[in-house]
Amino acid sequence: MLQKGIAAAPGIVLGRAVVKKAETISYIRKTIAPDEVASELQRFRDSIQTANAELDAIKQKAKLEMGAEEAQIFEAHQMFLQDPEFVGAIEQKIESEQINAEAALEEVRDSFVSIFESMDNEYMRERAADLRDVSQRIMKKLLGISDELDTGVEGPVVLVVHDLTPSDTASLDRDKVKGFATNIGGRTSHSAIMARSMEIPAVVGLSDITEHVQTGDLVIVDGLSGVVHIRPDDALIAEYEEKQKAYQKQKAEWAKLLHEPSVTADGRQVELAANIGNPQDAVQALESGAEGIGLFRTEFLYMGRNNFPSEEEQFEAYKAVAVTMGERGVVIRTLDIGGDKELPYLELPKELNPFLGYRAIRLCLDQTDLFKTQLRALLRASAFGNIKIMYPMIATLAELRKANSILEEVKAELRDQNIAFNEKLEVGIMIEIPAAAMVADLLAKEVDFFSIGTNDLIQYTMAADRMNEQVSYLYQPFNPAVLRLIHQVIEAAHKEGKWVGMCGEMAGEELAIPILLGLGLDEFSMSASSILRARSLLKQLEYNKMEAVSKYVLTLGTAEEIRDYIQQEVLNRLA
Amino acid sequence: MVSKTCVIQNPTGLHARPATLFVQKATSFPAEVFLTKGTKRANGKSIMGLMTLGLAKGDEVLLEVDGQQENEALAELAAMLETVYE
Repeated sequence: MLQKGIAAAPGIVLGRAVVKKAETISYIRKTIAPDEVASELQRFRDSIQTANAELDAIKQKAKLEMGAEEAQIFEAHQMFLQDPEFVGAIEQKIESEQINAEAALEEVRDSFVSIFESMDNEYMRERAADLRDVSQRIMKKLLGISDELDTGVEGPVVLVVHDLTPSDTASLDRDKVKGFATNIGGRTSHSAIMARSMEIPAVVGLSDITEHVQTGDLVIVDGLSGVVHIRPDDALIAEYEEKQKAYQKQKAEWAKLLHEPSVTADGRQVELAANIGNPQDAVQALESGAEGIGLFRTEFLYMGRNNFPSEEEQFEAYKAVAVTMGERGVVIRTLDIGGDKELPYLELPKELNPFLGYRAIRLCLDQTDLFKTQLRALLRASAFGNIKIMYPMIATLAELRKANSILEEVKAELRDQNIAFNEKLEVGIMIEIPAAAMVADLLAKEVDFFSIGTNDLIQYTMAADRMNEQVSYLYQPFNPAVLRLIHQVIEAAHKEGKWVGMCGEMAGEELAIPILLGLGLDEFSMSASSILRARSLLKQLEYNKMEAVSKYVLTLGTAEEIRDYIQQEVLNRLA
Repeated sequence: MVSKTCVIQNPTGLHARPATLFVQKATSFPAEVFLTKGTKRANGKSIMGLMTLGLAKGDEVLLEVDGQQENEALAELAAMLETVYE
């Protein structure tokens, strides 16, 4: 049996499934005799203690594997376990109403959850989710339900889950789990990102795979084509063993390209860079053959906490990446928050159209203190490596000028204080709004570079939310409208002698690379795991030919025609 | 028992980290700690209690401490309520 989903992380794995469904836990509400109250209280306290010990272990593991930030959530869970109001209310209920601990726990949980959820505050609603999570943990202890994921399954394990939560991720046994398959999620969901960073194959968005697989079943996860085979027969297993070998061989070939330059068959050199989300990723980027960082998202510094990061804290993070990368360029994007990415402590009002709202540079130009702190940290860090600053969501020339004038103010302050920074630091903008693409010729005169953010550019050009399944067919990277905009942006920049990069998912796509190369893109920034594959492809392409190919595809009418053309006339003809 | 009326100074109120710190500090004292805002009264050693009060910047809150080391506790806890954390 075969199920199709979305290929989230490359590779092939054959293993035994461990299935974890979206959980529903049931218990029986009981009244207890007066002489049972003491033992019921003891049973409740024991469950709290076991849950607490479990959280201790998870917290330690999370700290080691994911960093202190991620571990904080479990600390919050522990505070609930020790809370006198919460624990006290449950104990009181057991005593006064003479009901079993399960019933008391559920009633108290519900009353607090409804208080939290009724508050008009995102932060409090998140705490309601935490409280549910921790109550679930206590409930499982009371009912003796094990949380262990691998129940007696031998050998490599494929985790088949509804969705992978941070809690699941933290309790994973990374030596055993060799693949994921999930009901929900897309290429950018938590589970997909985790799989890529763990470098294990994953297929997500399988809708109901947890219903079709039993723990212990043999499954094949094909993270290359996005399918999962359930209980495959011997012939299929043999076929996949071959595919797996071929993939391993190809990976070994790619590994040889680690320190090679990114040059086409006819000698055009481009830069292959990595997109990263935190300083640790930079090390992995280097190990994956990155020639620079094309996009360093700074949101991680602001998220998962309760106050703004200090200048010092930011400086350390930026400096760490700059030092790791040495002479290689590091493009750091200033804060891209607001809209769908919320910060509880920023207390932004809810918006009807978050993607068209108060976010990114719009917010930074309004809350200049916030912006200046980040710019100061960036400038200071620029003394330690090759940092470039990039503003997100620029729509107009006026916005660019305003951002630059704030940057100049901060530079002047630093000069006054005799604090070192790179005077020649490059400043660029992300091109992700069609309005900016249309006036790229004007913007190009006042920047050092552009980086095309295709994820948003496509969504804004096509007026289609890619998370909305009913219109996601319109999210077409190869739509002629999108390609023409990209073409226009690159031409405008080159006319002014400026370089152009791309930092959306598209830059790492096999079908897109020939076109982008032909259009003259200078820098391709992608997830680190795609770099060697891209370099291998580039080596086989001829820039001169791709120039002609890209000119031709710009005359084609539909995304499908363009994709087909590239597949048949370019990729299929490679050795 | 000793008490003091405090005004919350932190721009984002007493949520999250500041609330956690307050509860940790309160728990480190043997005395009982209570907070009252309007008609709502909460145990100062409880994160849940504190959160249900929903303390925002500018809110007046009555801090009461009863028991051993109450003066010391009152001084430290009152200062925390009036701290700006960011």
